[in-house]
Amino acid sequence: MNIPRRTFLKSFLAGTTLALLSKTALADWAAGLGATSPDAARKAVLGDASVEDSDQISITAPEVAENGRKVPIEVSVDRGITNVESITVIAEKNPKPLIAQFNVQNNMVEPYFKTQIKIAETSDVVVIVKADGKLYKATKSVEVTSGGC
Amino acid sequence: MAEPIKMKAKLKNGITTVKAIIRHPMERGGTKSNEEGETETIAPKFIQTISVEHNGNAIASADWSAGISENPFYALKLNGAKKGDKVKLTWKDNDGDSMSQEVEIK
Repeated sequence: MNIPRRTFLKSFLAGTTLALLSKTALADWAAGLGATSPDAARKAVLGDASVEDSDQISITAPEVAENGRKVPIEVSVDRGITNVESITVIAEKNPKPLIAQFNVQNNMVEPYFKTQIKIAETSDVVVIVKADGKLYKATKSVEVTSGGC
Repeated sequence: MAEPIKMKAKLKNGITTVKAIIRHPMERGGTKSNEEGETETIAPKFIQTISVEHNGNAIASADWSAGISENPFYALKLNGAKKGDKVKLTWKDNDGDSMSQEVEIK
């Protein structure tokens, strides 16, 4: 009886650990989605660690966006930051500031993405890069003539 | 029903660029008044996760909010992938809908 019981316990524990891990990740994102300030959004998904300004993060977005409902944004991380784990985008003055997070799971993926976001009013867009457990950020100001939220 | 993802992947100078157009309302939810001046409640409906696979292996993911635009464009880049390799994109929304598309790198 011992062996099946041990096997059962092992698989049970492994399953529970996995379930807990994925639940934590989801809970973080869900908490971030509900956040109404940029600080709360950042802390929900990236924790309390301090964030260092970096010139190794490039943000391409229009300086003036006529339509805040569809603002193109392109983000890339230069070679000065290695082992990028995630890239998070926060629109500072949106009612719900957390926009998106890109997660790199394999080193064949370049620390890069391009998409379109909603920006409610003229404000900074903040990009936070997590690499080797450290946080780096860059900001880009986008003037919005017609709000997108 | 969810609409298919328009997608292509092209290799140039060692870098594969994957480009996609995703058809989705990306609705934040809330209230608005209709033509009769009545307040209508709109349920949130937005893509919450995107996953990216290369030849069947998970290589990247994205967490999204309703802060991504309606019918958004999405692009990412891979290094070391080869022509003929397969890249697959899958989205899942907060409402239980999902959609996948797989293409060969050209």
